[in-house]
Amino acid sequence: MRVEEIVEDVAARLLRLAVVKLPSDVKRAIERAYREEENPLGKAQLQAIIENIRLAEELERPICQDTGLITFYVRAGADFRGLDRVELSLKRAVKKATRQIPLRPNAVNPFTQQNSGNNVGRLLPYVKWDIVPGEHLEITAFPKGGGSENTCTLAMLSPSVGVEGLKRFVVESVLKAGGMPCPPTIIGVGIGGGADISMDLAKAALLRPLNKPNPDPWIADLEHQLYREINALGIGPMGLGGKFTTLAVKVSYAYRHPASYPVAVAFQCWAARRASARIHMDGSVEYLTHKVEEA
Amino acid sequence: MNRTLRLKTPLSEMEIRRLKVGDIVYLSGIIVTARDAAHKRMLDLVEAGKPLPINLRGFPIYHCGPLVRMEDGRWIVLAAGPTTSMRMEPLESVAIEKLGVRMVIGKGGMGKKTADAMARFGSVYGAFTGGAAILAARHVTRVVDVKWLDLGVPEALWVLEVKGFGPLIIAIDSHGNNLFGEVNERAWERYRFALQESGEA
Repeated sequence: MRVEEIVEDVAARLLRLAVVKLPSDVKRAIERAYREEENPLGKAQLQAIIENIRLAEELERPICQDTGLITFYVRAGADFRGLDRVELSLKRAVKKATRQIPLRPNAVNPFTQQNSGNNVGRLLPYVKWDIVPGEHLEITAFPKGGGSENTCTLAMLSPSVGVEGLKRFVVESVLKAGGMPCPPTIIGVGIGGGADISMDLAKAALLRPLNKPNPDPWIADLEHQLYREINALGIGPMGLGGKFTTLAVKVSYAYRHPASYPVAVAFQCWAARRASARIHMDGSVEYLTHKVEEA
Repeated sequence: MNRTLRLKTPLSEMEIRRLKVGDIVYLSGIIVTARDAAHKRMLDLVEAGKPLPINLRGFPIYHCGPLVRMEDGRWIVLAAGPTTSMRMEPLESVAIEKLGVRMVIGKGGMGKKTADAMARFGSVYGAFTGGAAILAARHVTRVVDVKWLDLGVPEALWVLEVKGFGPLIIAIDSHGNNLFGEVNERAWERYRFALQESGEA
């Protein structure tokens, strides 16, 4: 197969894996929440969620009818050949996946309100490039639902508010979101840079495995403090009350301008769908987030 | 202990008035999906004094844009979980008042305007677990009709026959109680208290 065919095939498989089967770290976090939740209404929500996850795998159907707006994170080895054709292959993969899985058509022209019908449109699927050393191409499919996207926030805080001020902004964003982003959520927090950089960081933080602590002990402590404060609010699964409002908080940062203190909060619903694979120059493929029997 | 009830649509005002926050309901009969664009079109028609393609009196509106597939000329619902109801907050009170909608099904809860209309005209809000789309689709026995497909598949009015559709947690009743509102108020109180404790407020 040619490179563009491999990329198209792998990307379409990744979309299927992502929408049908949650990564094991997410499943484990939901199962733990179910075991430890004490509020009966919240616990009943988690029970329905677990049953739904099981049925999706069994029937090979998308977990949620909102199969999301599709972003691909691409880590491209500088020596991988055929990079100029990757975006076209990703578009083809989205069209194919939309037809075959199927995915719900979710690409709408913002002026005419016409739905393109195939999840492809201007700048969709969205592709985030990262150039890294090496000869391989790593693709992450990240279909994200609209409910959790609509509660994302960004603040250009005054630097004088400090870390306490940024924590308040994060917790207040969770309070305002309530049950809307389908809690228990994963919360990505991006700090510093400019407005675009902080939101980029917040979004990319949602890709991190839930079970691995942040290697920076100071950031790991901040994540833990936010996790505790958010889960003390009692919003609970689906906003019906309980102690699991979030499954994990992930913080990323960049240095900031002396006058600016941007903070972005990205919400991810419990159906935290992502799937990654690495394509080598010899055409072999490794799936990184899911077990794949035949590839 | 939460009460569990099995109800059939169309729903009468008396059945609805009996329901209390925290009750768990399973529905059978006809339910109709409607999201942002469908609500807007419905209310434009109401304002213009024109009829709707479907009579909603006594029936539930389901905030849902289903994932569907056409098989042998018939629509099959593959996944049909709820969407965020709050987006319909500015419009839902009119649907309850003018169209006689007796139940609104969705996720995340609704605000005061809707809750007031529910108390006044006899309607309730039933919360279905967000994202539990296959559980929901399993209770859809048939696509009876679809209108306004020109709005796109997610936004069309899907007339669905359901059996034992639930569990729906009654989160707003017709007596002025709003479970999501209560949870949210308590959450803000806890937050303010924690700020005071740490000397931040």
